[in-house]
Parts: sequence; structure tokens; C-alpha cells
Amino acid sequence: MTTTIAETTDDTVIVPKPNMLLRALMAVPPALWTLLVLISIWELSVQIGKVPAYILPAPSAIGAVFFNYWHRLLPNALVTLSEVLIGFIGAVVVGVPLAVMIVYSRAMEKAVYPLIVASQTVPKVAIAPLLLTWFGYGMTPKIVIVILLAFFPIVINSVMGLKSSSREMIYLARSMGASGLQTFWKFRLPQALPSIFAGLKLATVLSVIGAVVAEFIGADKGLGYLILIAGANFDITRQFASIILITLIGVLFFVTLEQMERFFIPWKARSNIAGEG
Amino acid sequence: MAAPETIRSASRPHISISGVSKTFQGRQGPVQALQDINLSIEKGEFVSILGPSGCGKSTLLMLLSGLLPVTKGRIDVDKKHIDGPNADAGIVFQQDVLLEWRSALQNIMIQAEIRKSNIPEARERARQLLKMVSLTDFENSYPKELSGGMRQRVSICRALLHRPPLLLMDEPFGALDAMTRDQLQIDLLRLCSDNDMTVFFITHSITEAIFLSDRVVVMSPRPGRIERIIDIDLPRPRRLSMREDAKFIDYTRELTGIFKSLGVFREEY
Ligand SMILES: Nc1ncnc2c1ncn2[C@@H]1O[C@H](COP(=O)(O)OP(=O)(O)OP(=O)(O)O)[C@@H](O)[C@H]1O
Ligand SMILES: [Mg+2]
Repeated sequence: MTTTIAETTDDTVIVPKPNMLLRALMAVPPALWTLLVLISIWELSVQIGKVPAYILPAPSAIGAVFFNYWHRLLPNALVTLSEVLIGFIGAVVVGVPLAVMIVYSRAMEKAVYPLIVASQTVPKVAIAPLLLTWFGYGMTPKIVIVILLAFFPIVINSVMGLKSSSREMIYLARSMGASGLQTFWKFRLPQALPSIFAGLKLATVLSVIGAVVAEFIGADKGLGYLILIAGANFDITRQFASIILITLIGVLFFVTLEQMERFFIPWKARSNIAGEG
Repeated sequence: MAAPETIRSASRPHISISGVSKTFQGRQGPVQALQDINLSIEKGEFVSILGPSGCGKSTLLMLLSGLLPVTKGRIDVDKKHIDGPNADAGIVFQQDVLLEWRSALQNIMIQAEIRKSNIPEARERARQLLKMVSLTDFENSYPKELSGGMRQRVSICRALLHRPPLLLMDEPFGALDAMTRDQLQIDLLRLCSDNDMTVFFITHSITEAIFLSDRVVVMSPRPGRIERIIDIDLPRPRRLSMREDAKFIDYTRELTGIFKSLGVFREEY
């Protein structure tokens, strides 16, 4: 597999072409390399230092747990994932329309918005036991906590975004004879989208935290529950495996939202690429 | 109220502004922006408003478009009392107000979407207008990718898409280089005579006002009043070379003199 210099079109400098393997390696995002290096250091220090597994397990040991224990990990991960997703969607379904009402109605803005902001000082983790009493042991209290945590950034950012339409833009809409509905769909909402997405991305992180914390307080399923059980059995390795899965859920969720953002706000994405170039 | 697009051009506005004042409730008390404005504009007439910054030119345009209410007095367009947005007009605002999520072409097309006009036909016309302002290659560019002058040209196209019988323009060529400006002035005049448009045109440039207009309205500041109205008796179609004519230079001198007597030296002199 040798490529001659003459064949390549984009090479202006005469440098021997790197071979395929090297090129594939270079395509890996730098952050993954950093991660790989960190994991290697971890593995080596545990091996060389002979750290006992009940203090810090080696990454290879955690990997083995994934392999041998997946029949427990996977169903519990799915439970946590459902709580996160349902709660998040609930927060969006409640939060965005509420933001619209707050922006469009003076009365709502005056009567409701201050309370929403003030309610944020209530430590939601502290009311979790209460929710358990009210909603029982199942998924419901977890979903409610996720909603309570995720709801705030969604409302705040949506309100900010919907309010960011300039006076001139509203004049423009009216000068064309736009109806209230047209003004909302064609002017205010698109203008608000970047801000709404900022809120949604914040909410993804809070959703995952909410679900796990709720499971800590009382559950018989889910990754938070697995962490507690493993802790009771001094099985740090299984705790690590659960933590990694939680992280993975969080990262995937966040990345999915970033992709959706690129899809819904192409004008932003394009300018970012131009900025990086 | 679904007004059919076809009959639009047949309606010929005749604008009458009588005894109009406008006071804003500012943070530090009321600000009188306009005082006792009286002006009437004929169908197909091109009227320029010339005046120093802050004398109320934009305010007058906003009143004419019905986007802001008058404090006192009355405005009629085409015998219709203006007490709400006048959707028949085409407006070029002082800021370009482009929607950053729409490409240049889509920014022009919003006009057709809101008015629910025939989309393919409107797109055809939008492309023609883009061609007129030399932006054919940029129809798919987002506003962020355009220069200030290009953005303003897109907003001019947007104002013209629905063939408005009345065109209100607030310093539309202010952000443009001299050559593009000359070209667009000529294009604008051609469009006006082709479509029998009435134009209310705000500018800071004495030369531009004379070159384009049938009448130039000079305003004085604080509170904004009409200082003088000057008829421009130059033949049409106007040619760029006319700017060197003795008559043209006389008008320039006259207007400069008025501004000097007003104590305003903010113009391009
Ligand atoms: N919404 C508003 N609230 C309060 N005051 C206003 C408002 N709009 C305009 N004004 C005041 O009215 C006066 C006239 O403003 P206007 O924008 O009409 O001036 P202009 O002649 O268009 O100036 P420029 O040439 O700089 O654009 C100014 O003193 C301004 O401060
Ligand atoms: Mg102005």
C-alpha cells in the first residue's frame, strides 16, 4: 500500500505520505488520546503500586466487571436512562410553554416568574425524601426530581431567548401585517432557539444528577441503587463500573443535544465552523 | 382581511400629515421628538427628508408607517386614516433588521410568507431584486456572512418584494460605498418610475437628496420641525452627470446655506 507523491493532488510540500494506520490514528479526537493516557497512568500505578481493589480498582478490573456483570448493569442502566429521559421531556413539555406564557402575559410574569426564581433556593435534594413519601418507591419520585431540577434552566433560558427579539424586529413583523402567531413562529421562536438550546443542554446534566441522587435516597433499581448496593458490599469495582455508565449516559445525552442544536440552528453551526477555520 | 395582491399597485397613495406632534415618555421625562408637522405628498412623488441627527426623521417615518401612534394630529395615506401598521408600505429601516437564521433569499421571502403571496412567483422576483443589487452569488449566505452594505441591500430587496405603492426608506444607502450608492440611486429611480411608487426617503446627504427627489424637506432639531421645503426642478430621468450642472450646484449651495443658518455642520461638508 504505497502511494507515490505524484498521485496525491493536495500535497504541495514534498513529504513522504504517512501510511494508512498513522492517518487513522491522527483522525481520533485529541480528547480521547488524553483519556487514554490518563487511563494508562491509572492502570500502571495500580499495577506497580499493588493498590488493593477495595481502595482503587485497575481500569482492566473495571473492564472485566463490565464483561461479567452486564446482565445486572444493563437493566439498571436502562431504568436510570428512562428516568432521565422521561423527566427531561417532562421538564421541556412544562418549561417551554410556561416560558411562552410568562413572556406573553404580564400577569404571569408578575405572578409566577418571581416564584419560579425564588423556588430555586429550595434544595431539591432535601425534598426528595418527601417525594418518596408522596409517590412511593418506584420511578415516579425520581422523574419528579429530574423535572424539578431540569425545569429551571429550561424556563429561564427560554424566557431570556423569547425576550431577546429586538424592538425593530417586532416592528418589521408588524409592518408586514404579521399576526401574533406568525410573529411567534417566524420571528420570536427562531430568535430564541440558541438560548433555549443552551437551557436544554444545562438541563441534560442536571437530569442525570437528579435521577442518580433520587435513586440514592430510595430505590430498588437503577445505577444509583447499584452504587449503594456495591458500596454496602465493599465492591468498589462495581461502583466504578456504575459511575462510568452514568457518565456515559450523561455524555451521550449531551452530545445528542448538541447534534440536535446543529440541526435546528444551522446558521450558528456554520458561523462557528467559519470561526474555527 | 385578505387583500388581493393584484389590485395593490392600482391604489395610489396620497399622504397627508396634518398638525402631527410626537412626544416620547423617556426615562428622564417626556421628550418631544416632533412638533406640528404639516406635509402632504402627491402620488408618485419622491420626497426626501434632510436633517441633523436626532431631529426626528426616523420618528416621522415610524408615524407614517403606523408602527408608532401620533401624540397629536392626524395622518392619512390614500384617504385612509393611519391608526395601526400600514401593511401596504414597504419599509427599509435604519438598521437592516435581517433575521440571522435566514439566508439572504429567505430574508427577502419572509415578506411573501407573511403576506401569503404566491411563493414561486415571489422567489422569482426576489432573485431579480438580488440581481439588481448585485447579490446573486450571495442568495444562500446567512446575514453573518455579509458585509454591512450587503446586509442593507438585502433589506432593500425585502422592502420591495411585494411591489409596495409607498416606500419608506430610512437612510438606506448610509452604509454603502460611493459607487454602489450611485448605482442603487439610479436603480431606485428606475424602480420608482416603473412601479409608480411614492417614496419617503430619509438621508443625511444633501447631494443624494437633490439627485433623487422632487422635493426636499429640511428639518430642524429639538423639537423636530419642518424648516423649509425645496422643490427640485431637475428633469427626469436623472443622470449622474447632472450633479455637475449649475442648477444642481445651486440647490446644494442653498441647502448648505440653510444648514449653516441652523447652526448644523454635521453633513458631509
Ligand atoms: N422610543 C423612544 N423613546 C424615547 N425617545 C425617543 C424614542 N425614539 C426616539 N426618541 C427621541 O426622539 C428624538 C428623535 O429621534 P429620531 O430617531 O427620530 O431621530 P433621527 O432624526 O432619525 O436621527 P438620526 O439621523 O440619528 O437617525 C431623539 O431625541 C430621540 O432621543
Ligand atoms: Mg434615524
